[in-house]
Amino acid sequence: MINFNKFYKLFNFFSLSLVIISILLLLFKGLNFGVDFKGGTLIELRANDKNINVTTLRQSFSIMNLGDFNVKKFGNENDFLIKIEKKDTSASAIEIIKKELLSSIGGSFNFRRVENVGPKVSAELLKSGVIAIALSLAAMLFYIWIRFEWQFSLGAIIALFHDVIITLGLFSLFYLEINLSIVAAVLTIVGYSMNDTVVIYDRVRENLRKFSDIKIFELTNISINETLSRTIITSFTTLLALVSIYLFGGEILKGFSLAMIMGVVLGTYSSIYIANPILVKLRVSQKTILKEDTE
Amino acid sequence: MLYFSKLRIILVSLVTFFFVYIASSNFQDPENSFISKRINLGLDLQGGSYLLLEIDNEPVEIQKLQNTTTVIRNFLKDKKINFNDLRIQDKTIVFTVLKNNTDLVEAFFLDKESVINPYYNQYKSHQFDVTIEDKKFILSLSKYGLIEIKTSSQDQALEIVRRRVDEVGTNEPNIIKRGNNRILVELPGLDDPMRIKSLLGKTANLTFRFVTQKNNDTFGTEMLKFEDGINEAMVSKRIILNGENLLDAQPQMNNQTNETVVTFTLDRVGAKKFGKATSTGVGKQLAIVLDGKIVSAPTIQSVIASGNGQISGNFTFQSATDLALLLRSGALPAPLNIIEERTVGPDLGQDSINAGVIALMIGFLLVIIFMFFKYKIFGLIANITLLVNLFFLVGILTLFEATLTLPGIAGIILTVGMAVDANVLIFERIKEECKKEKNNIIAFDTGYVKSKTAIIDANITTLIAAIILFIMGSGPVKGFSVTLAVGIFTTLFSVYFIARMLTGLYVVKNKEKEKLI
Repeated sequence: MINFNKFYKLFNFFSLSLVIISILLLLFKGLNFGVDFKGGTLIELRANDKNINVTTLRQSFSIMNLGDFNVKKFGNENDFLIKIEKKDTSASAIEIIKKELLSSIGGSFNFRRVENVGPKVSAELLKSGVIAIALSLAAMLFYIWIRFEWQFSLGAIIALFHDVIITLGLFSLFYLEINLSIVAAVLTIVGYSMNDTVVIYDRVRENLRKFSDIKIFELTNISINETLSRTIITSFTTLLALVSIYLFGGEILKGFSLAMIMGVVLGTYSSIYIANPILVKLRVSQKTILKEDTE
Repeated sequence: MLYFSKLRIILVSLVTFFFVYIASSNFQDPENSFISKRINLGLDLQGGSYLLLEIDNEPVEIQKLQNTTTVIRNFLKDKKINFNDLRIQDKTIVFTVLKNNTDLVEAFFLDKESVINPYYNQYKSHQFDVTIEDKKFILSLSKYGLIEIKTSSQDQALEIVRRRVDEVGTNEPNIIKRGNNRILVELPGLDDPMRIKSLLGKTANLTFRFVTQKNNDTFGTEMLKFEDGINEAMVSKRIILNGENLLDAQPQMNNQTNETVVTFTLDRVGAKKFGKATSTGVGKQLAIVLDGKIVSAPTIQSVIASGNGQISGNFTFQSATDLALLLRSGALPAPLNIIEERTVGPDLGQDSINAGVIALMIGFLLVIIFMFFKYKIFGLIANITLLVNLFFLVGILTLFEATLTLPGIAGIILTVGMAVDANVLIFERIKEECKKEKNNIIAFDTGYVKSKTAIIDANITTLIAAIILFIMGSGPVKGFSVTLAVGIFTTLFSVYFIARMLTGLYVVKNKEKEKLI
């Protein structure tokens, strides 16, 4: 048996620091919102000419007077991703860019993907993304509250906040792009992290019924150990699937799978080191559970 | 219990084969397959264009105010009520009655049978809200008056957009309403939406009006620019004829001048109007105005009574074709703005499918290899379950003809990773029970029973996330939530029916064996 509970304090301090750093990062560095949430134009371009590179593309775009823009390689040697901040969704906007590009670097390229999002739509997408995440957190809180006691609900939700905030903090730290699929990833993380926490909580509750003489500090440790192999195996198989998406699933899914990988690691960690110490702090005992049973 | 009746075994097998068959119909020639259903590919996988259009209702509102002003003027004159200062001011209509008959006028507007201010029974509201300050009346469009305008212009716009898109002849377009002032156009397989975008960007409001020099035209005049943007001409506001009277329009080569023109045919009412105008206006210039710009302004040579005419004006064959198309399909009630565009080329779509399939196969392989090494014979059972689960998932998506997107594929791969969780929970529990209980069958049974709550709770939490994503998400992300949610159900089914049966059959056969798992 591993004594996880010996490190409750240490890891709580560690987590708290990470959360504070993440919040500071989010406040001062901010997130790198993609065109979905900030508006603007995204073009994925494939060059059929070796002479086209980031530098030549940058030159071509700089003379177009499009405001801030960003050119980078995208996976393949000949694929580039161009992000333009100027919000112009008029019918001819893309066509003008294509024409000017044709005249400056020649016809040896094609647009593989174009996303052009106006300011109104991006504001709405951002709003609905935030609402979706908030709604899912509230729904989880409610579900656990029905299934368990409020102490469990509080523990689970704090663990969730921990995972979501640190994932976003990591996105801020590495300045990774936040787009619609990242919101999907965050929601899935919420579901997954909850899933992990619930399995351990389910065991804690079972053990609380069984043993009246074991303190919650010990009891959480027993429960973590009893469910440990499951926790590890499931996290591992999920990570196998995610790493496979990250490595082979193509450039578009990279951000999504990376967010999920971070989330799964954090979710596994928090279901042990956040969700359980909170039960200890809240002095959960057999009484907490029995009250529910007699009602 | 771990004993299963023959009937149950047969039923579960039949269901499994049914879904294997349905899932495989996606890979068969649709003509030869028994079930013609298959999974739709999202725009991000098959390539295509997604355009979100917003209707700019401002002109429609202004038009409505102008029309109502005329109606009010005639109505009050008719009722012999003196008034003055009737005008439009900041999106409201204002006028002042002269004598003290505000009550009478108020009744005209607020009566439920009112002819000038329609009452909507379903909303319990008039078209216009009326405020009275002393003798001054202020009319503004009510909330429902605005909604009425919006929905009716949306209906009309939808119809016109559909006609225009159909005329271009793209493959199975999907055109639907969004909210009360937006229209979503999905064009599968179209990798360059330029032409459609420019066609949808024009209202195509065509009018024939006389060019006039006099400023004292009773209908008023306005200066309009020609298409070249340089020349301009003074044009009467009196509309002789508009696009509604057009029966047909076609691009044509004029053999004499070697110029591309658009010929048109008018309906009977239009022909009559046109004949009358041309007979009185021989020698005058007739301006053909499209969306506020003069296309051309030919001088009338003789009376045109046939109802046939032509528009010339430096057209290329393509631009003449497009103009004819726009005139045939009719004018939009209001300008449309493209507020979101997403276009994926077909080769990127295919690349995404390939990458998705490779990731799925590798992910699946890694998971089954791991499970086999970890649980041996039970790992094999979990793997069979996982494979069947995949067939169920693909089969259900096929039955509902769901749309598969790139994030949707990611959802399937994620399901593979997470689906083994239920089996792992059960196997780990059984292992624990085996330590306490010597009877294998009882240990297995207890394992299944005791792990149930954790499995149900764990899956419901993921389902909640998926449902919220489905409601709030848009486009490709929605596809992810669908596969994730369906994956949860198929996982539970396959674990409790397939895996449980297989474990049961194995355990019953080997019940004397020690250290079974």
